[in-house]
Amino acid sequence: MAKFNLNKMSGVVVENIGKKYLVGKSELVALKGISFEVTKGELFGIVGPDGAGKTSLFRVLTTLLLAETGRAWVDGLDTVKDYKEIRKRVGYMPGKFSLYQDLTVEENLDFFATIFNTSIEENYDLIKDIYQQIEPFKKRRAGKLSGGMKQKLALCCALIHKPTVLFLDEPTTGVDAVSRKEFWDMLQRLKQQGITILVSTPYMDEAALCDRVALMQNGRILAIDRPENINKSFAHPLWAVQSENMLGLHKTLKQWDAVASCYSFGEYYHIVMKNDDSSMDSIQNYLHDKEYQQILVKKIDANIEDCFMDLMNNANG
Amino acid sequence: MKQFIAFIKKEFFHIWRDKRTLFILLGMPITQIIIFGFALSNEVKNSKLAILDFSKDVASQQLIQKLSASKYFDATAQLKSFKDVEPVFRQGKVKIVVVIPQQFANDLQHTNQAQIQLICDGSDPNVASTLKNYATAVIMDFQKALGNQQKLPYRIEPEIRMMYNPELKGAYSFVPGVMALILMLTCAMMTSIAIVKEKEMGTMEIILVSPLKPFGVVVAKAVPYMLLSMVNVASILLLSVFVLDVPIRGSLLLLISEGLLFTITSLALGLLISSITDSQQVAMLVSLMGLFLPTTVFSGYMFPIENMPLPLQIISNIVPAKWFYFIVKTIMIKGLGFSYVWKETLILFGMTIVLFGISIKNFKTRLA
Repeated sequence: MAKFNLNKMSGVVVENIGKKYLVGKSELVALKGISFEVTKGELFGIVGPDGAGKTSLFRVLTTLLLAETGRAWVDGLDTVKDYKEIRKRVGYMPGKFSLYQDLTVEENLDFFATIFNTSIEENYDLIKDIYQQIEPFKKRRAGKLSGGMKQKLALCCALIHKPTVLFLDEPTTGVDAVSRKEFWDMLQRLKQQGITILVSTPYMDEAALCDRVALMQNGRILAIDRPENINKSFAHPLWAVQSENMLGLHKTLKQWDAVASCYSFGEYYHIVMKNDDSSMDSIQNYLHDKEYQQILVKKIDANIEDCFMDLMNNANG
Repeated sequence: MKQFIAFIKKEFFHIWRDKRTLFILLGMPITQIIIFGFALSNEVKNSKLAILDFSKDVASQQLIQKLSASKYFDATAQLKSFKDVEPVFRQGKVKIVVVIPQQFANDLQHTNQAQIQLICDGSDPNVASTLKNYATAVIMDFQKALGNQQKLPYRIEPEIRMMYNPELKGAYSFVPGVMALILMLTCAMMTSIAIVKEKEMGTMEIILVSPLKPFGVVVAKAVPYMLLSMVNVASILLLSVFVLDVPIRGSLLLLISEGLLFTITSLALGLLISSITDSQQVAMLVSLMGLFLPTTVFSGYMFPIENMPLPLQIISNIVPAKWFYFIVKTIMIKGLGFSYVWKETLILFGMTIVLFGISIKNFKTRLA
């Protein structure tokens, strides 16, 4: 009974979902018993590198794949039993651009509106903001659009039937920085319409834009929380280090006994010391002794990527 | 229903915008008919003939004249001795040599008996035996003309009549064959490619996550190609009647309905292929190897099925084109009605139902 009430409030419920593929004779485990829940109207991010299992998860939820273990509900409907009903309600935008390249922008949109038993006019409000940006090119074939415009069109097509849950599989991969920003602004606006949105991305910086994120790696969820809580959960002091000889610095830091982890982050190396009480001076002095010039050490707050690296190390270690 | 029409409309856009493929689809039957009609033919005409005449008398001259007057032969060379025979064959200059011995007229007149030698190029056995038959016929004719002057004791004269195709035109057999081939290719290959393309482009993924029913998708894919095939049937029939003089003796309506049935059989085959393949190349290869080859070999218009070893004869029964070829030949060339082809029609119908059943059942409602 408790479960039932839960489902009513939830946009998506995933319970111990596992999925394997056969690659030749060996088995590839894509999802290793994943569970999470997305509240209705939430913008939920699934962040993880390529091969984490994001696409498999989306395909299970959009009823395209059957999971070996576990169950999942979308909008309160079972993904196996009620797959026909789910297909009427959800919007899905696959990672690969999957519209008809030889049809024009308008024809694509019209086609998807019609097969979902609706029309462009009926739900124009929902897509207006997005569609207006590509409307000047509505007579152009979809294959001839730029990457950003393709994604906007694909989003329009996924939205045209006013879905209750929207699945966006890596919508910003291969899209320029400006278009990415615009795309996320659009998602925020869609959220206000009450649509539950699940979006996957390999870009850590986009995680901060979600209500909640699940960090995913190797078919497992490492952490699920609000982005700021995830950042806070980083247990150790974090240092950013820079010097004139970055290549040598990496080697030195890796070999230093006192360093717990070290990875490059933009123009810095982020390091965590084994001893949380290590001071800035101790690091500076050590590097000074190793004859590095223009040493810069500063204490920083962890971001999602730092947390991810930390969780990943813990999971692997 | 609106969804269904939208899907068909989309399919027409795909076909219409791929002008090159459309051109091939509509141009193929026309070129095939024209090539088969004019360039390829197994009738032997104007074969090069050489003569080695040792006799050089009135009778031999008359015979040579008769031979070269025939449309089958083209007397090109006069040889001088047996030594010349092999070189002309080796050079490929002639296909047949007629050797007339010395004293040909003399022998005929005095002993009522003379000999003639025909030397043929056996490296091409079909042509050789055809030429032998033609030459023998001309010589018999010549003998008959001589015989009129004297009374021979017994004579049986066979009167030969070729039913349905008195002139033994090749077109009569290849028009139905080409029809079967073209329909099989356009329907089966193009539908299978069209469906597999959706898989390959990833559009199948969104189509699946929509309220469309698998059956609707499959049928909507097939409809445009069915119409296209009907256009092809029309152009083949028009060409054969007006360009190749092949008559349509039976009912046109029946012929077209049978064409429609065979089209649907081919579409079902195409759907089956698309359900077991994942890329356009594989679909094309499977269609070519699995359909084109059996259709040419087993339909009976190139190689007579009766001459095949028993196992192949049995295999030929599962090739739909074989039955369609028989039906078209019976209706078009023999001018017979439905009562003569109902069995074959029923077989095609049964095949269609089974194929459709399998492909609908095989249509994946999920990705894997």
